[in-house]
Amino acid sequence: MQNVLYAILVLGCMGAVFGLVLAIASKVFAVKTDERLEPLIEALPGANCGGCGFSGCAAYAQAVLEGKARIGKCAAGGKSCADTMAKIMGQEPVEMERMVAMVTCHGVDAIPKGNYEGLRDCISASRVAGKGPMLCEFGCLGFGNCVEKCKFGALSIVDGRAHVDREKCKGCMSCITVCPRHIIKAVPYDATVTVPCSSKAKGPVVLKSCGNGCIGCMKCVKTCEHDAIKVTEFLASIDYSKCIGCGKCAEACPRHIIFDANAAAKQAAAAI
Amino acid sequence: MNLFTSLMSISLGAILVNNFILAQFLGICPFMGVSQKTGTAMGMGLAVTFVMGIASAVTWAVNTYILIPLDLGYMQTVAFILVIAALVQFVEMFLQKAVPTLYQALGIYLPLITTNCAVLGVALLNIQKSYNFIESVVYGITGGIGFLVAIVLFASIREHTEDADCPKSFRGFPIALISAGLLALAFMGFSGMKIFG
Repeated sequence: MQNVLYAILVLGCMGAVFGLVLAIASKVFAVKTDERLEPLIEALPGANCGGCGFSGCAAYAQAVLEGKARIGKCAAGGKSCADTMAKIMGQEPVEMERMVAMVTCHGVDAIPKGNYEGLRDCISASRVAGKGPMLCEFGCLGFGNCVEKCKFGALSIVDGRAHVDREKCKGCMSCITVCPRHIIKAVPYDATVTVPCSSKAKGPVVLKSCGNGCIGCMKCVKTCEHDAIKVTEFLASIDYSKCIGCGKCAEACPRHIIFDANAAAKQAAAAI
Repeated sequence: MNLFTSLMSISLGAILVNNFILAQFLGICPFMGVSQKTGTAMGMGLAVTFVMGIASAVTWAVNTYILIPLDLGYMQTVAFILVIAALVQFVEMFLQKAVPTLYQALGIYLPLITTNCAVLGVALLNIQKSYNFIESVVYGITGGIGFLVAIVLFASIREHTEDADCPKSFRGFPIALISAGLLALAFMGFSGMKIFG
């Protein structure tokens, strides 16, 4: 009986002593944290995607608190998140445009150099001698490093090319950094007209290496009434601050590499 | 055997011959769990070494001055868990205040050490082998270093197998378990070795 009592007493006392020490320690070693930090972290989506340039949501919240980062860098949280954060920080809500990732390659008819039998990985494939397994040295390799990176399931491989689901894309842009060919670009969510090609090769080279690529023929530039298209290094690019989305360039493009989402939607509707 | 040689033999035994992970199979959970990157494995190993050193000192004192005089040897396991949990909590708070950079580097691994059986193992083994205070502390620290060596080696192996073209069904955890087994086999080479007679 005495033994049992001792056991209870000893453990009880040890527990009490440790508890006391910890309680005192928590006061002595208390680290002051700003009370706005917790709600800020909660306001963020918590995906830790790193799109804001910080190592995670908590790090971004800390940076906002210290004034080292501005509100509205969180693409995944979008407008509602920025508004909540502005409210917590007592600032005016910020304007932000929703950006989504776009794979600037639609080389479904790209021509391979030969049979690539190496690792099923974009980085390995891009290092194959002669700049990769395809004739086009700019195009998507289709092994899906970006698909693995995406935390929101917005990327998928369609016809051997990476494809972004605009609705699912939160705009964290983490896929941009993993692509060894640097062909994923940020475009406004509202942009309807796009040029999904990255080839800076000259026209004849593109004709030989890909059934889809932009050859820099300048037809779109001549067609555009708003001066919104430029061709640099044999590749058309659209200035979205000028583009009104009329889609005339898409009609004019002989290679059908300028995509007009509005026209495609109309066609689909007409087909039904 | 003088003090130095006995300590040397304890140290080398704890690091190589009776390595906590690879020979005694203690602390397997963090060994598998946090060995994907060499950097984090290093952090975990250092944190464990730190806690094992302090834990063996405190548990030795608790055992010798509280449990043995009161004839409560059978309470060791419970008492030691209590000590280790409180200790880890204390160390965490101390680090957060005193060395915030180290605290951030260790991150989640620090509280996880509470449930690391290598720490409880070292406390119990100290009693089993009836080590004195200095021997206990040395055994704790060198046991931690053994843990550090094993987890860092294993993490570097895993970083390489990650890139290797291994069969699909073995990818990820299965190949990690196999390489852990091979690493343990390699450490078997040390078994039976005796230093200083």
